[in-house]
Amino acid sequence: METLLSRYRNITVLLLVLFAQLILLAYQVKNDSDVRMIRVWAVTAVTPLARTIEGARGGTSGFLQNYIVLRDTRAENEKMRTELGRLKLENQFLKTELETADRAKALEAFQAKTPSKMVGARVIATAAGGSNTAVFVDRGSASGVQKGMAVVTPDGIVGKVLAAYPTASQVLLVTDPSFAAGVVSQKNHVRGILKGMGHGTCRVDYVQNEEKVETGEWFYTSGDDRIFPKGMPAGQVTAARAGSSFQDITLEPSGIANGIEEVLIILEGVHQEIPEFKAAAAPIYLAPPPAPAAGDKTAAAPTGGPNNTPALATDADRLREQYKEIGDAQGHKFGDNPPGTKAVDFNVKPGEKPAAAAKPRADGETGGGAAAAPSPSGSNGPSKGSADGGTPKPPGSNAQAKRSPPQPESPTPPQ
Amino acid sequence: MRYSDDHIILHNQRETQISRFKAWVLFLVPLAAILFQVYVPLFFQFLAYLELPLIVTIYFALMRRSPIGGLFVGALVGLAQDSLSKNPLGMFGITKTIIGYVAASVGLRLDVDHPLIRLILGFFFFVFHHFIFWALSRGLLGQQMSFETQRTLVLGLLNAIVAVSLFHFLDKLKERT
Repeated sequence: METLLSRYRNITVLLLVLFAQLILLAYQVKNDSDVRMIRVWAVTAVTPLARTIEGARGGTSGFLQNYIVLRDTRAENEKMRTELGRLKLENQFLKTELETADRAKALEAFQAKTPSKMVGARVIATAAGGSNTAVFVDRGSASGVQKGMAVVTPDGIVGKVLAAYPTASQVLLVTDPSFAAGVVSQKNHVRGILKGMGHGTCRVDYVQNEEKVETGEWFYTSGDDRIFPKGMPAGQVTAARAGSSFQDITLEPSGIANGIEEVLIILEGVHQEIPEFKAAAAPIYLAPPPAPAAGDKTAAAPTGGPNNTPALATDADRLREQYKEIGDAQGHKFGDNPPGTKAVDFNVKPGEKPAAAAKPRADGETGGGAAAAPSPSGSNGPSKGSADGGTPKPPGSNAQAKRSPPQPESPTPPQ
Repeated sequence: MRYSDDHIILHNQRETQISRFKAWVLFLVPLAAILFQVYVPLFFQFLAYLELPLIVTIYFALMRRSPIGGLFVGALVGLAQDSLSKNPLGMFGITKTIIGYVAASVGLRLDVDHPLIRLILGFFFFVFHHFIFWALSRGLLGQQMSFETQRTLVLGLLNAIVAVSLFHFLDKLKERT
């Protein structure tokens, strides 16, 4: 037996090692659990190195950038030899600093604006294995990150935490085929499941062919998956066509469209409303008003508004013009008449002399002719608010005149 | 061992010579390869297709010419790679264990200092590695992965070219006897 083992030692060791790994694999698959200890060792060994390299890279590039900037500004200083040059150097430096901090500020602004509690993280590595559908970020369980938490950017969702280690976390990106999230369309509120496709785009599954989804439409998280809070942008539809049972909807994820360097991990999600769809304001053509007929004075379009822009002529406008003419002919100025002044006789046409002007009525009622006589002051009864637009209220003391505007027998409003 | 163009197959055991490496080389080179794979593609995505951990496993297995040593190098590198991937532990481990064992066995029979042999072996082991991983994914995990033959062959060639250059560099880290 011993001879046999020593003779086949190599193959025996190979089989033992393979068998051990198969057991390990079977344990994970069967219990749907992870051998966390080994992963923690590996991640803890690798992430400090990755962090150091990333720090060195950032420092080196920052140093080179600053060196270039300083060199440029020094040349400028030498040329100008003034205070202005020094200020420009400072300005340039601050601008560079601002540019560097731009993304971080955008994240901070988004963090402040969003009700969910978040923590910022930086991507420090991709997952091993050649497929770039998972990354490592430099925040782990020590920062409160837990498995299953949502990872987003101001542009949209990025993925979810696959595993949280003390100093780092592994994030499964939206493009991974095993990724799924509940989404809802912005315009027609069509619900579906967002899934990765292993490359740059995603698809939305389980949308019936009868549902209406348009290219260019936005999908937002629905909050149904209990991972992503409702109302986070997921992406924009690039293609939607009817399939055998469900629609084939391709979506471009917006969260990773511009690459991912800094992300936000949602520690406590708060659902938000999905923004209302607003159709783009299409310009509406308005034809110019029709030209007035020859000899038709009242049909001319009156000017309206502060800029004397032509307004549409309505019956009310025409009546107003008529009343104004009658008032002008009788020396009445609408809206500027002290109490006790006579009312305008609307039965008298402009240019026509009032027939009963000299003969007041016996019953003392204010007659049309008497009312038409212009007072020396040129002002008659009160009629507030009628001179600056709208149908003027006929002034006068009789009850009928107060209740409703008088209906002149002639002239009838021109049509 | 003296290199000659017309002497590719080793005729007897005496012709083989085990290359020795310092402990830090055996530890740092695979670690650097894994770090390269997880870090560099952040900036150069196309380099994600470079399987440096595999190339390093092949190199150490070929040079050590010990099947047991080769399979352990493969298992450790593979498990480390698994730990940093989203796969269950053991997928890369099993794959690289087999590669390490086979590579060491081949190293016993072929003159692995020959650049052409290195190129062919690099290509063969890359395709073999992909095939085993694909078979394990389908067989053990039930994943419906497709084996992209054309893509695998092209990537195999690219990795083999990189492997030849990297082997040349790693040769300089061998202990002089």
